[in-house]
Amino acid sequence: MPDTPTADIGVELRDVVKKFGEVAAVDHVSLAVRNKEFFAMLGPSGCGKTTCLRMIAGFERPTSGEVYINGEAQGATPPFERNVNTVFQSYALFPHMTVAQNVAFGLEMRGVAAPEVKRRVGEALELVRLPHLASRYPKQMSGGQQQRVALARALVNRPQVLLLDEPLGALDQKLRKEMQLELKSLQTQVGITFVFVTHDQEEALTMSDRICVMSQGHALQVGTPVEIYERPNCRFVADFIGETNFIDGTVSAVNGDFATLKTAAGMPVTGRIGGGPDARPTVGANATVSVRPEKITLAEKAPESGVNAHEVRVFSVGYVGSDTRVVVKLGDANIDVWEQNSVSTLDPNYFFRPGETAWLTFKPENALVLTS
Amino acid sequence: MMQRFRERPGLRLFSLMLPGGFWLIVFFLIPLAVIGAISFMGRDDLGSPTLPWTTDAYAQAFDPIYLQLFLFSMWLSLLTTLATLIIAMPVALFIARMPKKWRNLMIFLVMIPFWTNFLVRTYALLFLLRANGPMNNILMGVGLIQEPISLLSTPFAVWVGLVYGNLPFMILPLYSSLEKFDWTLIEAANDLGANTVKAFFRVMLPLTAPGLLAGSILTFVPAVGSYITVELMGGGKTTMIGRVIATQFGTAGNWPLGSAMSLILMVIVTLAAVLYFRAGRGERMAL
Repeated sequence: MPDTPTADIGVELRDVVKKFGEVAAVDHVSLAVRNKEFFAMLGPSGCGKTTCLRMIAGFERPTSGEVYINGEAQGATPPFERNVNTVFQSYALFPHMTVAQNVAFGLEMRGVAAPEVKRRVGEALELVRLPHLASRYPKQMSGGQQQRVALARALVNRPQVLLLDEPLGALDQKLRKEMQLELKSLQTQVGITFVFVTHDQEEALTMSDRICVMSQGHALQVGTPVEIYERPNCRFVADFIGETNFIDGTVSAVNGDFATLKTAAGMPVTGRIGGGPDARPTVGANATVSVRPEKITLAEKAPESGVNAHEVRVFSVGYVGSDTRVVVKLGDANIDVWEQNSVSTLDPNYFFRPGETAWLTFKPENALVLTS
Repeated sequence: MMQRFRERPGLRLFSLMLPGGFWLIVFFLIPLAVIGAISFMGRDDLGSPTLPWTTDAYAQAFDPIYLQLFLFSMWLSLLTTLATLIIAMPVALFIARMPKKWRNLMIFLVMIPFWTNFLVRTYALLFLLRANGPMNNILMGVGLIQEPISLLSTPFAVWVGLVYGNLPFMILPLYSSLEKFDWTLIEAANDLGANTVKAFFRVMLPLTAPGLLAGSILTFVPAVGSYITVELMGGGKTTMIGRVIATQFGTAGNWPLGSAMSLILMVIVTLAAVLYFRAGRGERMAL
């Protein structure tokens, strides 16, 4: 990350590889997390995100490469000597200790004096709004409460970095939404760097300052939620984050920031060149245009501009309230189109019907040409 | 019939308890009552218990010689329990940390000695420890001793025998506790600044206490009353209370004294076990 001043980096992975036997769970990953940042590691299960987190915590050692915390190479530093704390997916609360004893554990291990421990445990429980449950045992609490205890137990140590491994994974949908907001405001309040592992893209998008999208041990893209969604640098990221349509073809023209493909059926499709400076398409190469369903419009008549305008047949129509989700056939391919219902109407003629023909258009600047 | 059954929960409970109750009464309570009765009898010239009732046997049992033997037996059993604990913990840990498919095989290997007669196994130990046996040879080979020392018939030999014989009874309950143990908790402890030793004592030990308590009781109780091991390893020179009791029923021909000592031993061991479990209860309450 050449544009980031190194003084501002809280955690850094430099060319980290982690092999389990012959399999590389993490394959040459380099990334830098800024101080006080809410940083998400997002990817499907088995992509290596949890292994990265465990290497930062010190539970695993990189096969090669190095983990830096606050600019210091961690090497073989054991977890108990690192200034980071983890919130485990299973919470891993000590079942034989009360909530207060759980929260006090880290302070006691660091030799903090008893009155100070008592005060800080109180503060930490106050922070997660559980001071009234201090003398309960973990198994006497709900999942959401246990989750908060796990947070308090980690935060009470005032770590440099807080590592969270799918912390909301075990909660039901409603509680999850609440905790997302709570976690985000907590992070702002305590001003600690959060590295957050999740497979839930919506969670990553709503909470994070920046996201690292991972797949098969590789860090594919690091960027803000908007960058990740609007400028995915490869087919996997475009597909994994949100919904998108891929139109495959062969590059027929390259013109400045834009490129045009010809599909197998000979239809021209133009989009903005995506995928970074080293991914410029060459004429004749295979490429794909990624265009998100909400960026396509359907019209009854042919539009004036002929760019990315194709006559299509409506295949299915799904009304979901806020918008209408139409699937149209472009040649053999299914294209999803989400039309926002910005008009309040009961007129059935306002909506398309299956079997009708329509004109599909999208602006080239709203589509991305991806070569990988 | 069924109607009556439903209307009277007392009857139902009674019939459910019948098989277990029968077993307990025939094989436990009646023999215990017989022992209890004999302990309050005198004996005739041939050693058979006779009436009238008397507490002579108890008076004899509280003789300082026997009291010393009680204490020595408890002490040796305590050392046995400690040693099995120290040996069994790493073994159980090692097995519990193995891949699942290997664990059952390992437990099977721990059990295999049970298929050999205990007497035969004890003789094997005798062979290992005797004057020109492998143990002495090793000690001389290393240069720790110049000439064979007599290891047999010492408290050490009895202790070795007891540790060997009781080891599986410690390994199995410990293993069953450790197998269920959530290893993320150790990571959590490490993460919060506890090194391996602190994590062991603050997290692992309290959470595996049930297995530890069960293993200790299963080792201590049989050790206190053990007979064969003491007979063979002690060779008549080192003796424990179990052997003395057996002698009373055999060659000494003093059934009342043997019965009285049996009951005293039972009371002491039960008290010790209760105290031990009570000490461990605080930890287990939270589990």
